[in-house]
Amino acid sequence: MATDLLREPQITIERAGAERRAILTGRWTAEQAAAIERCAAALAAEAGDSRRVLLDLSHVERLDTLGAWVLDRTRHELGTAGRAVDFVGASPEHTILLNEVAYRGFQPRPATRRNRLYDVLVEVGENVVRAGKDFAGGISFLGEVMTALVRVATRPRRFRGASLVHQLELVAFRGVPIIALISFLVGCIVAQQGIFQLQRFGATPFVVDLIGILTLRELGVLLTAIMIAGRSGSAFTAEIGSMKMREEIDALRVMGLDPIEVLIVPRLLALVIAMPMLTFLSDLAALYGGGLVAWIYGGVSPDVFLSRLRAAIQLNTFLVGIIKAPFMALIIGLIASMEGLAVQGSAESLGRHVTSSVVKAIFMVIVVDGVFAMFFAAIRY
Amino acid sequence: MPLATPELPHRDRHREAVIRVRGLEVGFGERTIMKGLDLDVYRGEILGFVGASGTGKSVLTRAILGLVPKRAGTIEVFGENVDGLSPASRRAIERRWGVLFQFGALFSALTVKENVQVPMREYLHLSDRLLDELAMLKIEMVGLNPDAADKLPSELSGGMIKRAALARALALDPEILFLDEPTSGLDPIGAGEFDDLIATLQRTLGLTVFMVTHDLDSLHTVCDRIAALGEGRIIAAGTIDTMLKSDHPWLKAYFRGKRARGVMTANEA
Ligand SMILES: Nc1ncnc2c1ncn2[C@@H]1O[C@H](COP(=O)(O)OP(=O)(O)OP(=O)(O)O)[C@@H](O)[C@H]1O
Ligand SMILES: [Mg+2]
Repeated sequence: MATDLLREPQITIERAGAERRAILTGRWTAEQAAAIERCAAALAAEAGDSRRVLLDLSHVERLDTLGAWVLDRTRHELGTAGRAVDFVGASPEHTILLNEVAYRGFQPRPATRRNRLYDVLVEVGENVVRAGKDFAGGISFLGEVMTALVRVATRPRRFRGASLVHQLELVAFRGVPIIALISFLVGCIVAQQGIFQLQRFGATPFVVDLIGILTLRELGVLLTAIMIAGRSGSAFTAEIGSMKMREEIDALRVMGLDPIEVLIVPRLLALVIAMPMLTFLSDLAALYGGGLVAWIYGGVSPDVFLSRLRAAIQLNTFLVGIIKAPFMALIIGLIASMEGLAVQGSAESLGRHVTSSVVKAIFMVIVVDGVFAMFFAAIRY
Repeated sequence: MPLATPELPHRDRHREAVIRVRGLEVGFGERTIMKGLDLDVYRGEILGFVGASGTGKSVLTRAILGLVPKRAGTIEVFGENVDGLSPASRRAIERRWGVLFQFGALFSALTVKENVQVPMREYLHLSDRLLDELAMLKIEMVGLNPDAADKLPSELSGGMIKRAALARALALDPEILFLDEPTSGLDPIGAGEFDDLIATLQRTLGLTVFMVTHDLDSLHTVCDRIAALGEGRIIAAGTIDTMLKSDHPWLKAYFRGKRARGVMTANEA
C-alpha cells in the first residue's frame, strides 16, 4: 500500500525571543490522526512561555478537515492560555478550510452516573408498570379488534376475502409440512420413551393409551401453537412492524382505512380458522408416528393399536384439544399484532418486537393451556 | 435522434477522468434501462446529472458504486477497472468515495453521531476525543444543529436526514462524492447553503462531485459541467451554456421551460 510513502506530519519549532515559529510539513490528513495529535501536543508543550506562535503552513503537503480541526483547536487552546497564534503561509484553499472548520467548543453531554441499586429498583418498577400496561393494552386492543369484527360482520362488503384467503394459504397450507413433520417426530419420541418405561412393568400395550390421550388432549395443540407462534406470529409482527416503520399504517389511516380492519382482522381470522385444522393434522401425524414406533419397538401391530386406541379415547379427548385451538390462535394473533404496531422507527426496534412477540406468545399459550387443564379437570370433561 | 456524441471541450482532454464509463449496459429482467452509455467525470469538477424521473440516474450511480450488476461495458474509478479488483483494492477505493443515497439510508438503530462515526471507526484510528469532535464538526458543517447529534434517524425531518446523510458521506473526506438529489426536500435557503457547502468542500479538499439533481439553481450556481441522461444514454454533456444551446427537445423543455426561465432571470439579476 501507498501508506508507507505518505509523509508523516511533522513540526519543527524555531525560537526567536518570545516568538515561536512552527514549520509544519507532511500530510495533515485523517490517516495520520495519531501523529497529528502528537504534533499538536508537542506544539502546546513547546509554546512554553512564548507570547506569540506562528504556524507556518507553507510546507504542508495536504490538509483535510481533521488536520485543520486539530490545528485550529490547538490555536484556540493556546489562545485561551494567553498566547497569540497566527497562521502564516497558508494557501487560499487552506485558509478557506481553516475558516470552514473554525473551532467551536462541543460541550460533552453530562454523564448520568447513578446508584446501581437505584437503577435496579427503577428498572424493576418500570417493568412491572410495563407488564400492567401490556395487559391493559391487550384487553383494549382485543376490544378494538372485536368492534372491527362486528363492523365487518354487519357490512360484509367491507370484508377483505382475498386477503383472508392469501393469509390462509400462508398460515395453514404452507405450515402443513413442517407441523406434520415435527408432530410425527414428537409422536415417535413419546412412544419410544413410553415403551421403554412401560416394558419394565410388562405393560407395553398401554403405550397406546399414553400416546392417544397425551397427543389429543395436549401435545397436538401445544406443538401447533408453538410452531404457529414461531412461524406466523413472527411474520405478522415483522410485516406490520415494517409497515409501521415506513409510515404505511399512517398512509392507510389518512385514506380513511382502518388498519385493524385491513391488516389485522384477516390475519386473525386466518389464524383462528387455520389453528384447529392444523391441530387436527398434528394429532394425526403424532398418532401415526407413535403407532409406527409402537409397532417397530414394542411389537404392537396396527390392528391392536387401532382397537386399543378406540377403547382408550372418546370424542371428548379429541375435543379437549381442538377447543383450545382457536383461543391459542387468538392469543398468538393479538400478541403479534400488538407487538407489530408497537414498532418504532429503527430496525433494531423491529427485531426486538419480533422476538418479544414470539416469546410472549409461547409463554401465554402455555399459561392458557394450564388454565384450560384446570378448567377441564374441574368440570370432569 | 440526430444528436452526435457531444464533443468534449478542449481543456477536458488534458484532465484526468476519475470515473470513466464505457459502453455500459444495465437492465432488470426483460427491461434494459441503459445501453452503450459513456461518461467521464473529471478530477475536481462538480458534475450535475440530470434526466427525467425514471430514466435511470439512480441506477447509473448504483452501477458505478457496484451495487447493481452491469450486463456489459467497463467502469474505471481512479483509473482502475472495477471488475476483477481484489477485495483489498476494492476497499481502498471504497474508502475514497462518499455516497449520499436518495433516501438517506441512515442506519436506523444508530444516532446521527454514531452514523457519522461508522466509517471513521472502520477506516481510521482516532482517539475517542477526536472521534467525537470530528463527528460533531461534520454535523455542524452540514448545517445540523448539535442537538440533532444524539437523535435517531426516525426522529429527524426529511431535510435533516439529507444533511445527516451528507455528514456521513463526508466522514472520511472522500475524493469523490456521489450525491443523489441532495437538495430535494430542503427549503430554498437550506438548499442554497447546501450548494455553498459542496462548492467550498470541492475547492478546499479538491473534491470531485457527482451530483444527481433536479434543482435548476444548483445546476446554474455550483455545477461545472452537466450531463443529461435520456433514452438509456448520455444525450448531452457540457457546461450550462452548452445545455442552453442544445436543440434536444427534452433539454429545451428542461432548461428553457417556464420554471427554468424564472431561475435564469433571477440569476442574471
Ligand atoms: N431493483 C430494480 N428492479 C427493477 N427495476 C428497477 C430497479 N431499480 C430501478 N428500476 C427501474 O429503473 C428505472 C430507473 O430508475 P431510477 O431509480 O434510476 O430512476 P431515476 O432516474 O433515479 O429517477 P428519479 O429522478 O425519480 O429518482 C425505473 O424505471 C425503475 O423502475
Ligand atoms: Mg433517483
